Amino acid sequence: MTAAVDAAVTRAFREDWGQIVATIIRLTGDWDLAEECAQDAFAQALQRWPRDGVPRRPGAWLTTTARNRAVDRLRREAVGAAKLREAARLSVPDGPGDDAAAGGGSDDRLRLMFTCCHPALAFEAQVALTLRTLAGLTTAEIARAFLVSEDTMSKRLVRAKGKIRHAGIPFRVPPAHLLSERTVSVLGVLYLLFNEGYAASAGADLVRQNLTAEAIRLARILAQMLPDEPEVGGLLALLLLHDARRAARVDATGELVPLEDQDRSRWDASQIAEGTRLLEAALQRGRPGPYQVQAAIAACHATAAEAADTDWAQIAALYGQLARLVPSAVVRLNRAVAVGMRDGPAAGLALVEQLERTGELAGYHLLPATRADLLRRLGRRDEAAAAYREALELAPTEPERRYLARRLTETTGA
Amino acid sequence: MRYMLLICGEEEAHKAMEADGSFQASCHAWADELRRRGMLVTTEGLRPPGDATTVRVRGDQVLLTDGPFADTKEVIGGFSLVECADLDEALAVTARHPAARYGAIEIRPLSGT
Repeated sequence: MTAAVDAAVTRAFREDWGQIVATIIRLTGDWDLAEECAQDAFAQALQRWPRDGVPRRPGAWLTTTARNRAVDRLRREAVGAAKLREAARLSVPDGPGDDAAAGGGSDDRLRLMFTCCHPALAFEAQVALTLRTLAGLTTAEIARAFLVSEDTMSKRLVRAKGKIRHAGIPFRVPPAHLLSERTVSVLGVLYLLFNEGYAASAGADLVRQNLTAEAIRLARILAQMLPDEPEVGGLLALLLLHDARRAARVDATGELVPLEDQDRSRWDASQIAEGTRLLEAALQRGRPGPYQVQAAIAACHATAAEAADTDWAQIAALYGQLARLVPSAVVRLNRAVAVGMRDGPAAGLALVEQLERTGELAGYHLLPATRADLLRRLGRRDEAAAAYREALELAPTEPERRYLARRLTETTGA
Repeated sequence: MRYMLLICGEEEAHKAMEADGSFQASCHAWADELRRRGMLVTTEGLRPPGDATTVRVRGDQVLLTDGPFADTKEVIGGFSLVECADLDEALAVTARHPAARYGAIEIRPLSGT
């Protein structure tokens, strides 16, 4: 019984926290009050659900409880008529079996997403606010996930909430003429969350690893609510296609396994199918964007039965398209890899050397690592070894360093 | 809410604005539109910082400095005080200000609202 209640509370926390906070923010405009009342509601659930049983609609129960708490707080603190009016408006109860709360709730969650990711806030503040208010992570957890002190993270959150209040950042889903532009901002935050989690090694903090699941969950909500924005579908597809390969990315000893060596039977076939389906639906709208193109590249990899079956011509063309959409040196480096697979290592190497001359990617370990791979395939072992050494110096994570060291040994020892 | 739009820019930006024959007219058009919509409280241009005097009072002493309070390349060349529903409206209004194409405009919410 207790285990069942614990599970119900945990599940409700994951699914309903954002909605509860969002509803109270809409009603009161007070972000701190919303977080406190949501916390109180969960504390009450832990006390009462074991005794009274888990309510039929836990989310509605929690929202009502949090709202009542907000009414109490506002009444107690009411100093003027305005506050009392606010409290009175808040205390109008939903009728029994009234599903408006649930429907309004999901709109509130969307409002909250757009407000957290408002471009007038610094990107790192957008990320932190999203995790705190939508995902319900504690300040300490967010601090751990981003490797800063709790004090720094706490200040960042306080400052962001202060700016929303004082600068008059509206709590709403942006109007049609701003929607696409503002959606880009939300997608950027979700993509970063996913990548932070994806890059976390197996031994890393669990909070950090769970960022991938959180990003996918929020992207699903967004895709459900904005079916007409193809880039939202594109991002969700991209995240699912990457995440589908998670089990095969690391071997039993914790070593990084490069894409071409991964055991493809361990990829999550249903997730790949879902990602591909979502991507096709998005592309049909005829408004391609960077996330859709990246998802298309991921789909090329994910749907190749063997590494040798990979459609490199298609991938090289997609990277060309991506480079036109987002002028980025990293995209051009990836295109060089694809061209190297399509037309042979010499063609790839020419593009890498061209990139090196621009100096744009100086200090980025994948630049010498890519050059090393191409040189190795050309049989220019000494140069390849030197490039692997260079990459090894720059690689930021331990698994990457071990991978490069293995390659270096193969190159010099063979 | 009221927002102060601080129109900032370097000397170069200022020169470019003056060289642009239609700049004044487009500023007037911007202000007229806002006035029609009841959103403009006031808008003014400022003399260059060379004409500024900065005042500090320390103890009983009034200390004067010839010049602006901060010696930076970017200076405030003018300001507009606008009344907007929220930051999004202020952003839209600011993005249409002709000076935004040359320098930068800082939006500061007034603390009294």
